Amino acid sequence: MSAPADAPVRVVLAKLGLDGHDRGIKVVARMLRDAGCEVVYLGLRQTADSIVAAAEQEDADVIGLSMHNGGHLALARKMLDAMRAADLDLPLVIGGIVPDVDMPALTELGVTAVLGPGASADDVVATVRRAAGR
Amino acid sequence: MTDPLPDLPGLLERARAGHRRSVGRLLSVVEHGGDQAEELDALTLTHTAQTDDAHVVGVTGAPGAGKSTLTGALAMALAGRGRRTAVVAVDPSSPVTGGAILGDRIRMDDTVGPARDHVFIRSMATRGQRGGLALAVPGAVRVLAACGFDTVVVETTGVGQVEIDIVAGADTTVVVLNPGWGDAIQANKAGIMEIADVFVVNKADRPGADDTVRDVERMLDLGHRGVDGTWRPPVVRTVATDGSGTEAMLDALDAHLARLRATGELNERRTRRVAAEVRTRITHDLEDRLTAALTAESATIADTAAGRSTPGQAAQLIAARLQAG
Repeated sequence: MSAPADAPVRVVLAKLGLDGHDRGIKVVARMLRDAGCEVVYLGLRQTADSIVAAAEQEDADVIGLSMHNGGHLALARKMLDAMRAADLDLPLVIGGIVPDVDMPALTELGVTAVLGPGASADDVVATVRRAAGR
Repeated sequence: MTDPLPDLPGLLERARAGHRRSVGRLLSVVEHGGDQAEELDALTLTHTAQTDDAHVVGVTGAPGAGKSTLTGALAMALAGRGRRTAVVAVDPSSPVTGGAILGDRIRMDDTVGPARDHVFIRSMATRGQRGGLALAVPGAVRVLAACGFDTVVVETTGVGQVEIDIVAGADTTVVVLNPGWGDAIQANKAGIMEIADVFVVNKADRPGADDTVRDVERMLDLGHRGVDGTWRPPVVRTVATDGSGTEAMLDALDAHLARLRATGELNERRTRRVAAEVRTRITHDLEDRLTAALTAESATIADTAAGRSTPGQAAQLIAARLQAG
């Protein structure tokens, strides 16, 4: 079951772990709001389990994580492990500072899409909508 | 995409067994509305005995008053007393794009503390409603009650003076104020100050808390909405960020519920709640018809804009056609 096609896309946005750079994720939250999405904003210092709990309670269509501390490979693995443990089959989009060389590894892990520093508002919205299947 | 329709009885059964994600899904069914939501509502009717026991607490106040932080602290106090607690936190949808930033959880995260795993929090966008709540709130409360939650806290959007839908949606309404919020005249203005069953002066560690408490107490001296005229809304001081006063707030909520039960007012309020929801649903349908009619009547509007008729005449003409048909 998923939402009717005309229902707003619900996105849970969070920073996972110790990473205080939240300027980017706030801009992304606003971009998605302006595109008609409902953004559940969790903010800083979340754990993989707290993000899973929020995504379940909020019945999210997409989980978006912002990463600026170089830990994206380890953190993405942690997030996906927690999602699998909870049997939570949702698209995971990562944004932030991610070197091109790490993209294949993230895809391999099961990350749905990665948005790098040059991504425009249109890129962000199109990527999230595509991930949500709407 | 052709998705199978959800297995509602199965979802409800799992939700009642405590499965978080099933509760989340059911609340989305309520939000999407239509036939599925109707079917779900009919299913929850079979659990009415349990829904009688959920205390519905409304928390309302101006933007930034600390409603979410306070709701998180209250949820922790409730969990400390062994109550299963659910929160429905409403934030506004954009009238332009329909999008929303639902930013209540981030505040609750900081105050709900170790009770996090025992509290269910759902964020909800208003999706066009203007009274501080979403259309789906009453249905969501019914689902949560049917899932066995003891207390359902409904947090409104930040409100001004007149967005008071919550009073019809809750058993007990909490109005949150802050030091420096106003004076004796503000306290006596009609609207939100009349609907409180419990007043909370949050951020009470800031200068001016005594003045605010005094202004509210003096306002209450002049008369107030009561339960059988016997309940004077208590004024509780809190500092939500460190949890101060939340136990006293919970004591006040419990005392109010006990009074509602003892006087029979609880059933009266719940009957009024149903009446309000029925009214809202009809109003919603009528507004949809009106929107369609106004689109079809663009020529009439253009005439009025050109000065060939008054707005009153145009309204009468369109209303007459709407009634005819």
